[in-house]
Amino acid sequence: MRDVLLVAGKDLRIELRSRVLLFQVAPFAVATLVLLGFALDADRSALRNFSPGLFWVAVLLTALLAAQRSVAIEHAGRAADALLLSATSPARIFAGKALALAAQLAVLEALLGVAMVVLYDARVDHFGLAVASASAATVGIAAAGTLYGVLAAPLGVRETLLPVLLLPVFAPVLIGATRAFGDALGTAAVNGWAWFGLLGLFALVYAIFGALAYGPLLEAET
Amino acid sequence: MESAIWLRDAVCCRGVFPALAGVDLDVATGEILLLRGPNGAGKTTLLRLLAGLVSLDDGRGTVLGCDLRSDRRALRPQVGLLGHELMLYEDLTVAENLRFFAALAGASGAEAQAALDRLEVASRLGDVPLRRLSAGQRKRVAAAALAVRRPRLWLLDEPHAGLDESGRGAVNRLVRDAAGRGATVVLASHEAPAAAEVATRTVHLVGGIIPGPAAAAAQQPVEMRDA
Repeated sequence: MRDVLLVAGKDLRIELRSRVLLFQVAPFAVATLVLLGFALDADRSALRNFSPGLFWVAVLLTALLAAQRSVAIEHAGRAADALLLSATSPARIFAGKALALAAQLAVLEALLGVAMVVLYDARVDHFGLAVASASAATVGIAAAGTLYGVLAAPLGVRETLLPVLLLPVFAPVLIGATRAFGDALGTAAVNGWAWFGLLGLFALVYAIFGALAYGPLLEAET
Repeated sequence: MESAIWLRDAVCCRGVFPALAGVDLDVATGEILLLRGPNGAGKTTLLRLLAGLVSLDDGRGTVLGCDLRSDRRALRPQVGLLGHELMLYEDLTVAENLRFFAALAGASGAEAQAALDRLEVASRLGDVPLRRLSAGQRKRVAAAALAVRRPRLWLLDEPHAGLDESGRGAVNRLVRDAAGRGATVVLASHEAPAAAEVATRTVHLVGGIIPGPAAAAAQQPVEMRDA
């Protein structure tokens, strides 16, 4: 666990210092939410009804940027080689990087949540369900983003390839999280906890798969 | 003396081209081997192969007793590589970089500071992000990050490049200290005078191979050639 926290702390420190999250990713996230509202050109009640889906589309687009950043940190200066030559296991490196990415996404989701309330007049009826489903979705997105990030890392077309790889993978998260949020926000008559279960399963599968596959993929990057 | 590196007919391809086309190499524990050769000769690939970072496509080899085909994961933590790229984080400060890699290696913060002192990195630079340092200062920090891990095999790719005289001297002292503690060192360098000061043997790599009997003289211990 110590190595996991070391790797996560290192990634978060780099993000804090570079301020990319604050000055680039966060404004992009809010701008996406605003533009989606403009695109629908709807009244506030319609925006409120669509808010779960719009929120998660904004989260997933933002997650692409954050995943790119997470890869770029290790790619610059071949820092990934230094991690491979350390005594820590690739599974711990994966867990640390996914934890850092999840922490950044959690901050962005909180920001987008506030923006959704302000811009779309959204109301949260079941706070526990919203937090639980957002947590499960965040872990799944972070695990998949970290795994596919290292998969695309050795390719010269990483910046354009990663979204192509990741968006189809994120589709189950978009569906599940939108349904669960629909129940939590009172905009859809569905069993949100059942969708939370799907999100949890997605997170579990990608966490396990990522821990197993990260090492060989990191080796291939070198 | 025990063999730290043993390669037979080692082939390593980068893409479809063999960067190493059948290398035979024996290096004893505690040796300081200078690897020379023109650009594109395969020096960097050989160092990365010895680090367990690239795979052996043909031939056989063991490094520190680990088979290069099956035990690369066990080998890597015992190896330190100083490459053309620094393998550090540009947005972290000097001290943060050193503390991070020291912690991963189970070394203390005091050991990290001691490594910086040995490389004569001024203490005032500890809180400076790596990206703000000069190329020579960065190289010293990278060497310190390697030293703090106390590897059994040091692989140094152009360790003197970009360093001033004091930097070259600091690197050479580090290499001698490592060999004195029983570590094996392989350094690839174009800076022949600086590298030859510490090397105990020189090997030439040409076109992905180490020439055999015809180049035997070049592979003799440095002190024998100089005699």
